[in-house]
Amino acid sequence: MNNFAEYATGDPVVDTKAPEGPVAERWDKRRFEAKLVNPANRRKHTVIVVGTGLAGGSAGATLAEQGYHVVQFCFQDSPRRAHSIAAQGGINAAKNYRNDGDSIHRLFYDTVKGGDFRARESNVHRLAQISVEIIDQCVAQGVPFAREYGGLLDTRSFGGVQVSRTFYARGQTGQQLLLGAYQALSRQIAAGNVELHARTEMLDLIVVDGRARGIVARDLITGKIDTYFADAVVLASGGYGNVFYLSTNAMNSNATAIWRAHRRGAYFANPCFTQIHPTCIPRTGEHQSKLTLMSESLRNDGRIWVPKAQGDTRPANEIPEDERDYYLERIYPSFGNLVPRDIASRAAKNVCDEGRGVGPGGQGVYLDFADAIQRMGRAKVEEKYGNLFDMYERITAENPYEVPMRIYPAVHYTMGGLWVDYDLGTTIPGLFAIGEANFSDHGANRLGASALMQGLADGYFVLPSTINDYLARTPHKDALSEDHPVVQEVLAETEDRLNLLLSVDGDRTPDSFHRELGELMWEFCGMARTETGLRKALERIPQIREEFWRRIKVPGTGEEFNQSLEKANRIVDYLELAELMCLDALHRAESCGGHFREESQTPDGEAERRDEEFSYAAAWEFTDTGASPVLHKEELHFEYVHPTQRSYA
Amino acid sequence: MKLTLRVWRQKNAGADGAMSTYEVDGISQDMSFLEMLDTLNEELILKGEDPVAFDHDCREGICGACSLVINGDAHGPERTTTCQLHMRSFDDGDTIDIEPWRASAFPVVKDLVVDRSAFDRIIQAGGYITAPTGAAPEAHATPVPKPDADFAFEHAECIGCGACVAACPNGSAMLFTSAKVNHLNVLPQGSPERETRVLDMVGQMDDEGFGGCTLTGECATACPKGIPLPSIAAMNKEWLRANRKAAKR
Repeated sequence: MNNFAEYATGDPVVDTKAPEGPVAERWDKRRFEAKLVNPANRRKHTVIVVGTGLAGGSAGATLAEQGYHVVQFCFQDSPRRAHSIAAQGGINAAKNYRNDGDSIHRLFYDTVKGGDFRARESNVHRLAQISVEIIDQCVAQGVPFAREYGGLLDTRSFGGVQVSRTFYARGQTGQQLLLGAYQALSRQIAAGNVELHARTEMLDLIVVDGRARGIVARDLITGKIDTYFADAVVLASGGYGNVFYLSTNAMNSNATAIWRAHRRGAYFANPCFTQIHPTCIPRTGEHQSKLTLMSESLRNDGRIWVPKAQGDTRPANEIPEDERDYYLERIYPSFGNLVPRDIASRAAKNVCDEGRGVGPGGQGVYLDFADAIQRMGRAKVEEKYGNLFDMYERITAENPYEVPMRIYPAVHYTMGGLWVDYDLGTTIPGLFAIGEANFSDHGANRLGASALMQGLADGYFVLPSTINDYLARTPHKDALSEDHPVVQEVLAETEDRLNLLLSVDGDRTPDSFHRELGELMWEFCGMARTETGLRKALERIPQIREEFWRRIKVPGTGEEFNQSLEKANRIVDYLELAELMCLDALHRAESCGGHFREESQTPDGEAERRDEEFSYAAAWEFTDTGASPVLHKEELHFEYVHPTQRSYA
Repeated sequence: MKLTLRVWRQKNAGADGAMSTYEVDGISQDMSFLEMLDTLNEELILKGEDPVAFDHDCREGICGACSLVINGDAHGPERTTTCQLHMRSFDDGDTIDIEPWRASAFPVVKDLVVDRSAFDRIIQAGGYITAPTGAAPEAHATPVPKPDADFAFEHAECIGCGACVAACPNGSAMLFTSAKVNHLNVLPQGSPERETRVLDMVGQMDDEGFGGCTLTGECATACPKGIPLPSIAAMNKEWLRANRKAAKR
């Protein structure tokens, strides 16, 4: 047995920033109590923002607008390429334009319930409040949301909710919102308020006297490793789904920024809460490098089914109606095909495990539009989903207007991330985490169209208010010098790590290790987890890590554009993070949201939460590589939305 | 499938480049073009050779990072991004030429990777609406006629990949620039900065060293997002209008 699993439990971690009082008034109260920085003094403060996605882009633009000097980083060649751009479906907002009973309170309620009661009420309520401002902001920026003939904004309903509150721009909502933030950021770059470093990747965090004071970053073109100093550091570096190798994340999305911050003292919360998205295109073979998501909006009109009989290999069109099992409609009659993502994913796994899966390897279920085409006509279906259908056809060479799509779940989003308080501050003073990089708002499961909402809420509205308070209360310090011993130490550690990767000169490629780790994680820490499986993974991960440092082969040098070196360095961090994910999954001996422990299910196979033991966020403190971390619990209190066993039947 | 690849190799921006030939075997029709290159790179690493550098990220056709000229066509034979091109578009035994975007405004960084920061500077010159956070009016305060919203969206779809420049015999960035000008200028929110936007963006485009437009239409043919050629005419109209207005002042 690996002693990594024998963790100690430390003091509870408490969010000291959320005000008391009625939940609807807390955000106003916090904003009023927060100290402000005199506009004339703001330009004296430098804020580093890592990442240019929805959270980072909007934060950089807004902080610069407020007068701060922003130094911003992205590893892509342009801030416009951050992976937020790939979000398809939409963004939620409690505008109630449809008069269908929506309200801020309902969005709050849906999000807490959808997250299976593992998120903080204060944060979620604030998110619901801000949602309405986001739409106003984006429209003002020229985001071309879908509109009705009268010129007003159109909305649609989206996975897991019964109101129509999702604003969208065809199947490219993420792209349009990101370009809005990118354009706002571009305006600030032109104005000289943002200093942008593209193709520059953060490799470590500089903490001096207990405060985050800067980062170490590598210029990916020249290979030069430099230090950058600031009064506060904001991580907006996204999630860690690429631990699984195959996911819907972009190829270069990675966990290095948050993992390095974790190693420097930031607690990592709920790492096992990963979301498996039900509607992805199934893999075709070993060569598969990533998985492609099909927007969940497809579930609004598509019907999901598998053959009733096991091993039925007839083509879909030859299977008569009465031999098909529309299993979501059967098991969950009131929500049907629109059940939340975790439930839809697990149901797909179950029918495939029963041997009723379709397509190569039986790892797929049908998503059928035949009824929708009959009801609305092909033209209407084409207008709504045309680009998704085209994408599907391009990838699979099958025409979804004629044969049903095949879909299968894939890793999509990580609810876990750096622990943050109500101000989005981590446990390292001066280090903030926003967007998918933090753990704050989605609990154990994120609802569809809520990621874009959270990224923009954090970046445009929350952080720009709360960071003022930190900067105002922190006495202005002299600029750090490159010669400071801590800076020298962090710099040397980074250089040593890269040099070591280059010098091993073994016989395995970075990808081969990444794939091996990913397969292990998918098997044991994927859609269904067991104690035995997780213990197996915890035993195996240190072995892979040891082998990695013995057999890794990275060609070239560190002083050039070297994509293999970038990749290998990210895998170093995955090999540690994976271990923490498994430990977190092992310790949480309950099922909740995206975390399904087979030992904890109701008689009819639904996730069974165990509130008396696990109604807390698990924030882990790093000790050393391979050494067991310390668990700090943040107890969750529900005053407004009372925990019930989720039911979508 | 077995293929012969002729790939542009160039150590860095300052070095000379040349085509190198590689053989790859065991390529599946279901692979994407980039997965085929992954296969080549895995072999090169194990042989101790430098893998081929190429830009890629989302592999879903939306981030705009991938950028290869394949057999002379930007993004290859299908009208899509390179990451969405699949090997079923090729035949066993084919020889495939793979080059970077070729344009003086897009200098080569390494192998197939080019520097497209000129596009960012064109956006910085005016490809935005000045809307400070928090100052926004209620979203329904200004209805936008659906045809205008659709026109804006059609142009906003541009992913900034640069295929239009790579395909153009003049290395012109007119399609890219016009896409953003048209997206923002048609909207009521974008109207107050309508003139400065088009003048400044076109000015920046010229400063970056992109060529002029002779309406060959290669750009719109190569565009994976289908930005239409009349987009350029619409921008020219905006530009003339803005100049006339400026002259009157």
